[in-house]
Amino acid sequence: MEEVIRLEGVKKYYEVRSGLLGSKILKALDGVTLSIRKKETVAVVGESGCGKSTLGRVSLRLLDVTDGRVFFKGQDISMMREEELRAKSFRKKMQIIFQDPYSSLNPFMRIGDIVAEPLEIHGYRREEIREAVYRALEDVKLVPPEEFVNRYPHELSGGQRQRVNIARALVLGPEYIVADEPVSMIDASSRAEILLLLKSIRDSREMGVLYITHDIATARYVSERVAVMYLGEIAETGLTTSVLKTPIHPYTILLLNSVPEPDPANRRRRRPVIKGEPPSPLNPPSGCKFHTRCPVAIERCRIEKPALTEYLPGHFVACHRAEEIMRGALSVT
Amino acid sequence: MSGALAVEDLRVYYRTDRGAVRAVDGVSFSLARGESLAVVGESGSGKSTLGLTLIRALPANASVVSGRVYIEGEETLSLSLTDFRRRYSWRVISMVFQGAMNSLNPVLKVGDQIAEPLIYNGETPRDEARRRAMEMIELVGLPREFYYRYPHELSGGMRQRIVIAMSLVMNPKILILDEPTSALDVTIQAQIINLVKELIERFSLSVIFITHDLALASDIADRIMVMYGGQIVELGSAERVLGEATKHPYTEKLLASIPRLRGETIPEFIPGRPPDLASPPPGCRFHPRCPYVFDRCVKEEPPLFKVGEGHVAKCWLHGE
Ligand SMILES: Nc1ncnc2c1ncn2[C@@H]1O[C@H](COP(=O)(O)OP(=O)(O)OP(=O)(O)O)[C@@H](O)[C@H]1O
Ligand SMILES: Nc1ncnc2c1ncn2[C@@H]1O[C@H](COP(=O)(O)OP(=O)(O)OP(=O)(O)O)[C@@H](O)[C@H]1O
Ligand code: SF4
Ligand SMILES: [Mg+2]
Ligand SMILES: [Mg+2]
Repeated sequence: MEEVIRLEGVKKYYEVRSGLLGSKILKALDGVTLSIRKKETVAVVGESGCGKSTLGRVSLRLLDVTDGRVFFKGQDISMMREEELRAKSFRKKMQIIFQDPYSSLNPFMRIGDIVAEPLEIHGYRREEIREAVYRALEDVKLVPPEEFVNRYPHELSGGQRQRVNIARALVLGPEYIVADEPVSMIDASSRAEILLLLKSIRDSREMGVLYITHDIATARYVSERVAVMYLGEIAETGLTTSVLKTPIHPYTILLLNSVPEPDPANRRRRRPVIKGEPPSPLNPPSGCKFHTRCPVAIERCRIEKPALTEYLPGHFVACHRAEEIMRGALSVT
Repeated sequence: MSGALAVEDLRVYYRTDRGAVRAVDGVSFSLARGESLAVVGESGSGKSTLGLTLIRALPANASVVSGRVYIEGEETLSLSLTDFRRRYSWRVISMVFQGAMNSLNPVLKVGDQIAEPLIYNGETPRDEARRRAMEMIELVGLPREFYYRYPHELSGGMRQRIVIAMSLVMNPKILILDEPTSALDVTIQAQIINLVKELIERFSLSVIFITHDLALASDIADRIMVMYGGQIVELGSAERVLGEATKHPYTEKLLASIPRLRGETIPEFIPGRPPDLASPPPGCRFHPRCPYVFDRCVKEEPPLFKVGEGHVAKCWLHGE
């Protein structure tokens, strides 16, 4: 299948004030390579602050890259000017769905107008607008659409509002969508509905999706591939089935162990945890950035940065001890 | 185990311009000494309102319409607020409020915030209170020097530890934790849960653990109480509520909605939305979303039926 998005060695640095006078470089993304094909979802998981949203925004060129390249359908857009992005219709073809279904919808606008807005901005005709809005509402199962177009956001549940957000992202016929924590603020009982919906729309509209999440368990149901990030870098990436079944990077293994499952036996055991918190990205550790929290770190980890290396087919890991872990010669938990 | 807490027929309504919001509507349960009870339910099911009622901290537009709350045998809703605060707040029962880690006072050192209840409620001398606060800070796994830090200098996980330290500073016997980890990463959540477990054991606390997450509840709970639309729909041991035992359709669907790391099942969802508590549906409040709904559910409200040893469910499927 055709590649929709490709990032090559993407870096995004911020200059942030530190102390009274000085400034420091914050490496939000530090050399990320990733691609997404049509009808494919790649999940990006990791702790707060590891760079997930930055990755999403850079891939949409909502943020400029510091270094590296971003390709949309084979064309380098990393330096493309805004007018050109628009003239080539790239802006329409790349959309984002935000986390918060409550504040992201204008409370004074009707659902129909909210969904129509992007089309109006792009100067579509009335009939076209009506048709695209109805189709999008049908796609997100806000049916019958004529019943929803006249409602206001407060009349909808969190899950329904998030579906309005998705419809709004769909009206311009995108080929690439970034879904940034699309279900983290809605009730557990509606999450699966939204995620499964996103997946089926992705297939019917043949889109590529970047699914950003804290919740690695949901990645399983919606993504073909997953990238686990730590402090602006990819620690492990591969087919979702492979990474979840055979996690190799100590961080991934421990992250998976932190996910609660409903088992009454849990209360008699302590959970294996990752000690401490992610270090400040202003002052990242040398070598492997995970070494300060890694239970199996060795001297080499402090000094030398491990390269992302293929250990299983299509399954890459950046860890000096990956080979031992994979062989079962070393236990992380 | 004898009773730490007992609640009888509690009803708490909010006055709003849309009429009375029946946030807690006929809730009865008890908590044994040393027991941990998880209160689980979706947003708006009345979990926080229940907790706030128990510690007499409801907002001004709420009123307790009916009910009794017994703490260690004494009815406490009929006590004057001053009396309750003097005798129960912090020292017998305390609560980690939902979102408390984000509402610490930004201009006060966190240590002073921990020491505050000791000084004002316990009439403890200042340096004694400071010493005690430092002990608490250590107890929750932070260095003593954190006494002098301000909230913005701490991460979310650290602030949550501070808030927990605060709740325990006067050695309460009953602790209510309202969503203590919901804003945190799973990695930090796991650390906080381990800490909470340790503290429960160490101080033989009786605990009410409020969460929307059944999986997380299983980390702490001896028993699980599932709330829906201001009412208890199921109450039983963690083994029964999470296991194969017959259960309330809502609990069943809620369990099925949890994404799993292993196994073949695809998570399900519950269509529709939770009831509007200003005008809840007649009959069983879950009936508009229930896959098993039949005539009776629409017309008549089911009582809590016994479905097993110490296990009840509010559903006509389990009735006569
Ligand atoms: N405009 C900015 N200026 C300076 N630093 C920034 C800026 N935007 C993001 N950062 C920093 O970049 C890092 C990555 O942030 P990002 O928002 O991408 O993380 P995230 O993985 O999406 O986190 P979360 O899970 O909390 O949403 C963080 O350390 C953040 O503080
Ligand atoms: N101060 C208030 N005034 C009016 N209504 C309120 C007030 N506080 C809560 N409510 C309403 O009471 C009901 C129960 O709310 P409560 O906060 O107890 O639910 P909850 O289960 O804790 O939800 P969440 O999981 O979102 O914290 C909801 O319908 C809510 O909108
Ligand atoms: S490289 Fe070293 S420190 Fe990094 S994850 Fe592997 S073992 Fe741990
Ligand atoms: Mg983010
Ligand atoms: Mg609450």
